[in-house]
Amino acid sequence: MDDVKIIEIKKSVFADNDEDADKLRKELKGKGVYLLNLMSSPGAGKTTTLIGTLKRIQDQVRVAVMEADIDSDVDAVKIQKATGIPTIQLHTGGMCHLDAEMTRQGLDNVALADVDLVILENVGNLVCPAEFDTGAVRNAMILSVPEGDDKPLKYPLMFSVCDLVLVNKVDVMPYFDFDLDKCREYVRMRNPKARIIPICAKTGEGLDDFADWLLAEVKSWKQD
Amino acid sequence: MHELGIVFYIIRDVKKAALENAVEHVSAVVMNIGEVSTVVPELLTDCWRWAADKEPLLKGCVLKVNTIPALTHCDGCGAEYETVRYGKTCPHCNSENTWLLQGREVEIKEIEAT
Ligand SMILES: Nc1nc2c(ncn2[C@@H]2O[C@H](COP(=O)(O)OP(=O)(O)OP(=O)(O)O)[C@@H](O)[C@H]2O)c(=O)[nH]1
Ligand SMILES: [Mg+2]
Ligand SMILES: [Zn+2]
Repeated sequence: MDDVKIIEIKKSVFADNDEDADKLRKELKGKGVYLLNLMSSPGAGKTTTLIGTLKRIQDQVRVAVMEADIDSDVDAVKIQKATGIPTIQLHTGGMCHLDAEMTRQGLDNVALADVDLVILENVGNLVCPAEFDTGAVRNAMILSVPEGDDKPLKYPLMFSVCDLVLVNKVDVMPYFDFDLDKCREYVRMRNPKARIIPICAKTGEGLDDFADWLLAEVKSWKQD
Repeated sequence: MHELGIVFYIIRDVKKAALENAVEHVSAVVMNIGEVSTVVPELLTDCWRWAADKEPLLKGCVLKVNTIPALTHCDGCGAEYETVRYGKTCPHCNSENTWLLQGREVEIKEIEAT
């Protein structure tokens, strides 16, 4: 029998991606471009929220959007049509998340010299995207009322990596046993620093707050 | 799928390590997978079989999984307890001031080369 040689590695599979992501963030800083990574379960309202928010900020910052989808371009077309904002479709080729390398490839198709803000709509999923740093300056997630207020308990990692939690579809609150105070408490258990904004993407309620948050974020990223 | 993505990262890292160590064939890869890492070992090994056999370096290479139990530390009383059984609340003192000590690992422990 051949000799077996054991080579110790002891390295997290996420380590290389974390490094790539840090590098990308530094490059974006140098270029004065703010990247927001927006995550949620499928159908929580990422595209609807984006359309409403983009309309509120597009006169104040130069924006581009990247839509990550496993295989379709429905959302990219929808956003481009509704707002006229340049939107790039990224296909993940069956993958359930984007990593820093895929994000970089997407950004290669954006005229970065002409934008202040790029918003990435990540693949609808509460597990995988949380594991992979995309190189974004901030992570935001949307939790919609029908999903239940216990999601921060069930998907702790997602909530611990997000700086902002948008609680969407508050219009249907009367039909669900969603408790906003409990939800706040559960989010705080995972991440005491997370900002929580209740919104209704359908009516536009709360979107001004999200827009203000974004504009302030972009401004401070470009300043210091 | 989550596990397939992870398999591609493992393959990338193993290829790199093989190159650095002038290894021509890898017969086994040993993984440390935390109990609360969200990686399902059975799915991981299924995806591994499919993807690894496409690489000459990894043909027939076995993926061995070491499960790392999840342990939580309590700042309230200093105890350590089983995360999966008790969750966020310390079974000794009821404190919620607790944090995960281990159990989220998805790491390559070692490779065996022949
Ligand atoms: N009642 C109600 N429905 C909403 C609200 N926001 C979005 N929706 C609806 O929820 C559905 C999904 O919304 P999308 O914006 O496509 O959700 P998404 O997260 O982009 O979905 P994927 O990209 O497929 O993961 C659509 O039918 C929206 O009209 C809301 O505030 N209230
Ligand atoms: Mg969408
Ligand atoms: Zn305790």
